Amino acid sequence: MIKLESVTKKFPGMKVPAVKDLNMEVNKGEVCVLVGPSGCGKTTTMKMINRIHEPTGGKILIDGEDALKMNPIKLRLDIGYVIQEIGLFPHMTIEENVATVPNEKKWPKEQTDKKVDEMMTLVGLDPKIYRKRYPSALSGGQRQRVGVARAMVSDPPIMLMDEPFGAVDPITRARLQNEFLRIQERIEKTIVFVTHDIDEAIKMGDTIAVMREGELIQHATPSDLLSAPADDFVADLVGRNRSIKRLHLIRIREILDDVNRVKPAPEDMPLDEVKKRIEDSDIRSVIVVDRDNKLKGIIGVSDLKRKTGEVAADYCQEVSDSVTDDATLNDALSVMLEMGEGYVAVVNEDDQYAGTITLGDLLNVVKEDN
Amino acid sequence: MLQNLYKLIIVPLFLIIVGVVIVIYTVNNPTDGLVARMLTYDNVLTALQQHLMLMLVSMIGAIIVGVLVGIMLSRPSLYYVGRGVENVVNVGQTIPSLAILALFFTWLGLGFRVAVFALFLYSILPILRNTFAGITSVDSSIVESAKGMGLNQFRILTRIELPLAFPIIIAGIRTAIVINVGAATLATFIGGGGFGDLIVTGLSVRRDMVIVTGAGLAALTAIILDYVIGQIELRVVKWT
Ligand SMILES: Nc1ncnc2c1ncn2[C@@H]1O[C@H](COP(=O)(O)OP(=O)(O)O)[C@@H](O)[C@H]1O
Ligand SMILES: [Mg+2]
Repeated sequence: MIKLESVTKKFPGMKVPAVKDLNMEVNKGEVCVLVGPSGCGKTTTMKMINRIHEPTGGKILIDGEDALKMNPIKLRLDIGYVIQEIGLFPHMTIEENVATVPNEKKWPKEQTDKKVDEMMTLVGLDPKIYRKRYPSALSGGQRQRVGVARAMVSDPPIMLMDEPFGAVDPITRARLQNEFLRIQERIEKTIVFVTHDIDEAIKMGDTIAVMREGELIQHATPSDLLSAPADDFVADLVGRNRSIKRLHLIRIREILDDVNRVKPAPEDMPLDEVKKRIEDSDIRSVIVVDRDNKLKGIIGVSDLKRKTGEVAADYCQEVSDSVTDDATLNDALSVMLEMGEGYVAVVNEDDQYAGTITLGDLLNVVKEDN
Repeated sequence: MLQNLYKLIIVPLFLIIVGVVIVIYTVNNPTDGLVARMLTYDNVLTALQQHLMLMLVSMIGAIIVGVLVGIMLSRPSLYYVGRGVENVVNVGQTIPSLAILALFFTWLGLGFRVAVFALFLYSILPILRNTFAGITSVDSSIVESAKGMGLNQFRILTRIELPLAFPIIIAGIRTAIVINVGAATLATFIGGGGFGDLIVTGLSVRRDMVIVTGAGLAALTAIILDYVIGQIELRVVKWT
């Protein structure tokens, strides 16, 4: 856990402090995103945690221990550090770059080698291909990956990341963000993440700390930030279409329990019962599943007229797409728009039917927000 | 590996053979008696020995001192001093080598040691300047990420700054060699010996063969040195 107590930084020769009287806590295993306009002191705040900048006032506690009293070298060896410029060492191969901290810590060679392989694989760089390359032979996105691998290789409990995905194109950035979230779900590091992009903040953060002119304006979960911005500045920052942004934030499984929808029809269900189910359904149709509870298709009112048969399977019509329950509501919306339907079927990770989401459900979520 | 070593040795070896052939030819085919008396194996060997000593001693000294002082000046606390020194050095470079030698002659008198000292001081300049420039031009984000990962000042210097500045430092050393070659042939004026002896006496008695031999051998020495340094650089700097 990281705790900042009345932390202030005034650079010599500057009239106003870059960071003033900042109080903040980052819980263990959480991603705290510092966000705000350029020059508001995000980077300075972050760099005080590993003492690249020494605070001119206040206290920084790491797991209850005063960071300002610790040996800075030791402190830094246990804090992963990624900066926007990446700062790869151009005269070292990728493997040497990634092995920087293990070498400083004098790990045995086999352990370092193993860990370098593991980290490179984790960030999606095949060690067999890239180990011996120099940074100049890598694309921007690949360098970012090396930067992240280098910061994580010694398994530091804390990571500081300053606009780590800032220097790549939007598509690569989205991919790196998703990969990073996937990794973080597994490793659960305590992360301070700096960005000036509020969308990235909402996507990446467990909490978001909004800064302006060296001061902390609001520190809240993305959801609270969207629904209750502390002032006009924060409201402006999160923007007008907060409701749409909110859809990025919620995973389908979070709302699936709250939607009341008729049970799916097993494929061998007799026609009478199917009819009844459709009548009970708010979407005038019913999902059909097979014996393993896998999605088979859907029956609408019109299908009953057009087709003949005795059981559900005879009337069933295939659905063109579905979403997984760990996708966001925004993903669900995209699929609905793409299919041109007002609903989308949801499956779980074992590909079993988990429920159905409608446009109406999304509307409800958005409405709650306003 | 063997291939590499072969490349490193073959060119200097060839150049040395060229030098030996020149010497054997001129010693055995003097154009007249005067030339025969000047160009003996003994004389040429003495000149070679003196010349090598002049260059090697002054260069090695200049590399050690120039690099160390350059590193010192590149430390953040001395950065502005370094900038000042850089300017002084740039001015110092514009003083002709003959003038430098004359200056040292009036100060310290004649002799081999004075010549070495003058060459040494003169060769420091480009090495010091390039070391300073090379280290301070290392991208600050690279140094910062090293610092942020827990490398201490010394490790940053040896693992990051010096390797990255290496090509620029080498360029400084090569410049120093070029200067040194020119200046070393002038050492004869203050009794420093070397191939300059052959050239100057050759000039005074107007014997072309002596002049060409002296100048040719001086040039060969310079080319060999420069080639070896260049090869070392190629072998060390693999990342560009
Ligand atoms: N090393 C420094 N020396 C002097 N002023 C600095 C230094 N670093 C940052 N600042 C100033 O501190 C303020 C905050 O900068 P920074 O933390 O980099 O902002 P952000 O990361 O939010 O864009 C800016 O006004 C900047 O000019
Ligand atoms: Mg910044």
